[in-house]
Amino acid sequence: MIEIKDLHAQVEGNPILKGLNLTIKSGEVHAIMGPNGAGKSTLSAVLAGRDNYEVTRGSVTFLGKNLFEMSVEERACAGLMLAFQYPVEIPGVKNVYLLKAALNAQRKARGEPEMEAPAFMKLVREKLQFMKIDNSFLHRAVNEGFSGGEKKRNEILQMLILEPKLILLDEIDSGLDIDALKIVAEGVNSLRDANRSFLMITHYQRLLDYIEPDFVHVLSDGQIIKSGDKSLALKLEEQGYDWVLEETA
Amino acid sequence: MNAYVKTFTAFNGDAESSWLKSQRIAAFARFEHLGFPTPAVEQWKYTDTKALAKQVFKLAESYDEAAAQALFASKGLKLDAYYLVLVDGVLSPALSNLEAMQEAVVIEPLSQALATELELTCGMMGRLAGIDVDVFTALNFAFVSEGAVIRIGNHQKLNKPLVITYLSTANAADETAVMSHPRILIAAGANSELQLIEHFIGADDAKNFTNRVVEGILERNAKIEHTLLQQPSDKEWWVGRIQMEQKRDSRYTFHHMNLGGKLVRDDLVCDLNGKGAEAHFSGLLLGRNRQHLDIHTLVNHNAPLTHSYETYKTILNDRARGVFNSLVVVKKDSQKISAVQNNANLLLSDQAEIDAKPELIIFADDVKCSHGATTGQLDMDALFYLMARGVDEQQARGLLTLAFANEVVDTLLIPAIYNLVETAVAGQLPHKIELELMQ
Repeated sequence: MIEIKDLHAQVEGNPILKGLNLTIKSGEVHAIMGPNGAGKSTLSAVLAGRDNYEVTRGSVTFLGKNLFEMSVEERACAGLMLAFQYPVEIPGVKNVYLLKAALNAQRKARGEPEMEAPAFMKLVREKLQFMKIDNSFLHRAVNEGFSGGEKKRNEILQMLILEPKLILLDEIDSGLDIDALKIVAEGVNSLRDANRSFLMITHYQRLLDYIEPDFVHVLSDGQIIKSGDKSLALKLEEQGYDWVLEETA
Repeated sequence: MNAYVKTFTAFNGDAESSWLKSQRIAAFARFEHLGFPTPAVEQWKYTDTKALAKQVFKLAESYDEAAAQALFASKGLKLDAYYLVLVDGVLSPALSNLEAMQEAVVIEPLSQALATELELTCGMMGRLAGIDVDVFTALNFAFVSEGAVIRIGNHQKLNKPLVITYLSTANAADETAVMSHPRILIAAGANSELQLIEHFIGADDAKNFTNRVVEGILERNAKIEHTLLQQPSDKEWWVGRIQMEQKRDSRYTFHHMNLGGKLVRDDLVCDLNGKGAEAHFSGLLLGRNRQHLDIHTLVNHNAPLTHSYETYKTILNDRARGVFNSLVVVKKDSQKISAVQNNANLLLSDQAEIDAKPELIIFADDVKCSHGATTGQLDMDALFYLMARGVDEQQARGLLTLAFANEVVDTLLIPAIYNLVETAVAGQLPHKIELELMQ
């Protein structure tokens, strides 16, 4: 699915990622954990194509293509989706319109015909129901005045409709109470299948109770310093990061 | 100025002696005395008319019928409506349709009204927009000959909208550009209703100067819904004035969609003279290249319990310049009035510029007034968010720009006008209408 090799990236001249290697195969769920400032958010920003992040070395191959030769929207259309840590409020743009514009842009990129309005509305209503979101939501502006939980649910709703191939979850659990976390996790879990992969970035093990990863990686100072299965996350939760840092020092 | 003197002498000299002829002479004298305003004139501080003053324009005597038909066919609104069409200021009987007018309603070309009901027509002219109001209003009066007279009788609701279309043509021979000074006179009787749409259409290479004046009186409980849609070419000059006097419980709603022009200046004045009178303005100025778009509004709360609400948005790209100047004056005894002035400006380029000046002058003590002006750029995080969902950059920018303008664009209730403005603001957006229908 995606192969990250020796990735170096900097922000305003400060090196953040310093030789990161990670390979995610179809159907796998990976979690990246790490202390503050390790480069977790930079990784997701670089993969999604944000400005101001400069890649200085290394390569990322996504579904056989060089990711860095693709524009932001091309990455999205190819099936990469970043669920934002802080989804942006966009006053004046209705959710329903964003969903339709995004879905049809992606279908067009795949050479599929645009979805007709009735089929689209049926699909959207079904997914709304699954995410326990009221229909009135469609005619509200994107994320405007939404609570933290609603914003995250909206991210998952977009995922359910757009059906991306690789999903980056950037601290999807931040700002969520336990009920909202359950709904979000349920949405994510419903999308798990052999052809779809996830990369979760998180501070806390709590999320991994609800979305069980196949692999857990520890990111520190711009590199992955340890990888393991989900038991690694439990150990980190109990003992903190110090022992990993010492072990690899 | 000399060119204007020559043109005026030729224009008015042949006219029969009458009240109108002498009024025109007085008006032209006023224009000569004041001259084109410089930035030293407070009302024209941000809009320099020097370049306009240098141009030489002639009055059109006729027009190319085929060209006018083609321009109207390609850009005119096709509504179930009454039409009055002026081409370079000259009436087009072929494109106009004022047949089968309902009883107690008179809508006719100004030239016809002057020929058949001179006294009545002259009585309506200059009452609000007289020669002392502004130099361009004086100039309009000096050359007044065509336009419209609209008289809606008491308790009459006009059964179809009235569309006044101004076609501005370009001539291939590159002769002198033309000027026109249309004047629209409105008398809306008690409890009457009128929907008026003014549509200005410039041919691609038109370089003309249009100086249009509207003056109207809304009697008790009269309602006017007025849309001004301006689509001049990049080389055209427009100066416009609207003066409305509102009596008790009347309601004037104005939708102003200014989609460009070389220099476009509009003045909008409402006198709220009776309790319960309301004025609603919502406007959009959309500028690009080196266009200069200017709106000045003035609401006089001359009576208690009067209300005015104003929202203007400007979107400026390239090196366009915009001016928003809005003044609300509340007289001493005008208690319990409310006035809202909102202005928001979106600058799409570093070189675009806006001068925004909302002002309140309040002499009463029991009033509710608010005003505000904001200026900003497109939200780059929002742009990234949309693109990260697969929407291409151009469409994402269009969506966000339209979102900015929504508040005023959404007040347009005629789908043909709404779509036209939406496309001008956002480019082609697929399936918008279809979704609206699903609601």
